[in-house]
Amino acid sequence: MIQMVLVTVLTAATPLIIAALGELVTERAGVLNLGVEGMMVCGAALGFAVAVETGSTLLGALAGAGAGLGLAAVFGLLTVGLAANQVASGLALTILGLGLSGLVGAGYVGQKREPAPHLHVPGLSEIPGVGRLLFGQDAFVYAGLGLAVGVSWFLWRTRAGLILRAVGDDHVATHALGLPVRGVRFLAVLFGGACAGLAGSYLSLAYTPFWAPAMTAGRGWIALALVVFASWRPGRVVAGAALFGGATVLQLHAQAASIGLPGQLLSALPYVATILALVLLSLGRRQGGSSAPAALGRDFTPHR
Amino acid sequence: MAGVTGSAKPTDDPRPLFGAYGIVKRFGTFTANDHIDLEIRAGEIHALLGENGAGKSTLMKILYGLLEPTEGVVTHRGAVVRLRSPEAARRLGIGMVFQHFSLCENLTVAENIALVMERSLRRGVLAERIAALGETYGLKLEPDRPVWSLSAGERQRIEIVRCLLQNPQLVILDEPTSVLTPGEAELLFTVLERLRGEGRALLYISHRLDEVRRLCVRATILRGGRVVGACDPRSETAASLAALMVGAQVRAVAARPAAPRGDERLGQERLRLDRLSLPAPGLHATALSDVTLGIRGGEILGIAGIAGNGQAELFAALSGEISAPEAGAVRIDGTAVGHLGINARRRLGAAFVPEERNGHAAAPGLSLSENVVLTRRATAPLARFGLVRRAAARALATRIVDAFDVRGAGPDPAAGTLSGGNLQKFVVGREIQAEPGILVVDQPTWGVDAAAAARIRQALIDLAARGSAVLVISQDLDELFEIAGSIAVLHAGHLSAAMPRAETTREAVGLLMGGSSGPSIGRDMSVGPSAPAEIAHAP
Repeated sequence: MIQMVLVTVLTAATPLIIAALGELVTERAGVLNLGVEGMMVCGAALGFAVAVETGSTLLGALAGAGAGLGLAAVFGLLTVGLAANQVASGLALTILGLGLSGLVGAGYVGQKREPAPHLHVPGLSEIPGVGRLLFGQDAFVYAGLGLAVGVSWFLWRTRAGLILRAVGDDHVATHALGLPVRGVRFLAVLFGGACAGLAGSYLSLAYTPFWAPAMTAGRGWIALALVVFASWRPGRVVAGAALFGGATVLQLHAQAASIGLPGQLLSALPYVATILALVLLSLGRRQGGSSAPAALGRDFTPHR
Repeated sequence: MAGVTGSAKPTDDPRPLFGAYGIVKRFGTFTANDHIDLEIRAGEIHALLGENGAGKSTLMKILYGLLEPTEGVVTHRGAVVRLRSPEAARRLGIGMVFQHFSLCENLTVAENIALVMERSLRRGVLAERIAALGETYGLKLEPDRPVWSLSAGERQRIEIVRCLLQNPQLVILDEPTSVLTPGEAELLFTVLERLRGEGRALLYISHRLDEVRRLCVRATILRGGRVVGACDPRSETAASLAALMVGAQVRAVAARPAAPRGDERLGQERLRLDRLSLPAPGLHATALSDVTLGIRGGEILGIAGIAGNGQAELFAALSGEISAPEAGAVRIDGTAVGHLGINARRRLGAAFVPEERNGHAAAPGLSLSENVVLTRRATAPLARFGLVRRAAARALATRIVDAFDVRGAGPDPAAGTLSGGNLQKFVVGREIQAEPGILVVDQPTWGVDAAAAARIRQALIDLAARGSAVLVISQDLDELFEIAGSIAVLHAGHLSAAMPRAETTREAVGLLMGGSSGPSIGRDMSVGPSAPAEIAHAP
């Protein structure tokens, strides 16, 4: 029973982990992309469509990532290239993504396909208690966890990651040193978009293997909140996503068990947690330094 | 570390190490650099002099590969080179120490240095190299400290170490002493002499002429984007150098500095702080402890100190942006105002000019006349029934613009479009025009060119001569010694006793600024000129 709950928590957390890690990298470079929801839902639609047409989950997932990447490229051109307002562009991206996904997915409403295959290791997957949790997930789950390790390693162990953090901290200083501020930001935006698209395709290919309009149901916004909640650290993103996933599952179980609390209140739990985290973070900021990338949301136009 | 000291030996090569010939840089219709020629030789400290806007920064950025010249060439040992990026410049051996440090505050010292290293180095290796370099030049750094926790002097050390790790042949230093204490500046000069001795070339940008005369053997002087002269600064006087820079004799401040405290010509005490203590408003802020001072009508009191020693907090406590714990800790003409807000203090005849021109003293997006309306809200409203009296506001703004020779585009430009010096003249003029009984100015001429600075200082002296009490907070000792009757030093939130200008020296004030002598903390300052004199001569 406990394993079943943990498995559902993990599957509920996976799209949040993937999308939030992408946004984390984008924000670490100093760009705030509020279009995660739009990129995710496009990834879900195109991913499902391609998977149905080709019969390949892998191609579907790649197409999903590609859809997010494409939208992010538009966003990047606007905000990084032309220094357009990031908040307005991001909101527009969400609306655009919701519309586009409806168009792409129009012919696929109501279709079903097999969910992405789960790992099965003879012996290991049958270990009571932990076998299914550790060795019985689909590739997306492992990819999400691997991504967390990879992003963490990239940001704190590589020179490119150092440059990315520096660009997000002070673009004037990094530009003065001759580092390519806009190039770094554009790549970070693309990475964020691909992750959001991949997270979307997980929803339509594995989590609920069909396409329905607006099926992301606000997960893109939760991913955005998670990045803040995690104070821009990959490890905390995973923990936070598990918490959010747990709250979702808990709320379902609580409703099933009819404990008397209205379901809406329980569904609000993750958001209450986010607000609390924001408050705690801004209290913590007085200790000096800032946990948020200092240049977050500020645009940059170099003289040349 | 052999790499650092090894390869920059002086050569017998007659060609200059670096040359810039016919450099033109245009931004739209504005020509920032107009056919500039500059030659820098190995083993020399070459000064680049000029007022704000003379084109120094543009030329420097071209040499460091941040800007590409519209015309002209840069040569390295006689061969034409193209500096497409700072990376290319660094590879040629050009290093730069920025004035407004190019450091990321939330990264550590080592991370900031690693940013410009060609290859990634393991943390330990880099830390070792930083330590070794620190040992050689006396530039100690803690690699794992985040930059935001460091002082300006320490930050400059990072810039220098980062530059030296590249083993540069040419080091460009932009106003390197502007944020340093006199003691820190001495250490810097030692490092610079040593670098010169190693055969490196240094391009030294400053408008502190005494430093230039002391360090440099050649100087190139820019005015309005052109080279207007070259000289050996050692054979010039500070005044002749200044004259070359501004193109005319700088108008010396006319009146004698305001009289020191105790002079019988002074009027009543108008502004008083009585054992004012404030907890630090944030972790980066400085707590004020037992600050006591008094200023009489006709007096200019200068408060010296290095940025970050409580100036911002002192200013906020005086202006009413932070209220004092006790009402009696701040008195304006005898009235306890510690608990009163900014408007109430203005109504009592006080006026304030904060340090930050854009955003604090003026709203950059609003026009000059609108900016006048904003500060006259409490005292002489330029609005009636909630509607702005535009004509009256414009007329007043024009009067200030004329009186202080504020130059900007069009009749009523947005504050943010003015150059720093012109906006500062406007902001100071706006407050002085209201004939305040008490004026508090924080860094009145920071980043302002010599002519504008002279005008502002003269206006402050004239205001005091008309019977007002003027408090000038400044990092610029030359300025304080020029205009203030008495000088007190703010260090770590403690204010020293006020010393009459004639009885103290720059060295004594410099020592207090560095915190190396502090017998005066918390002492009452109204005891007259004789007592503080002994402090001035204390070690």
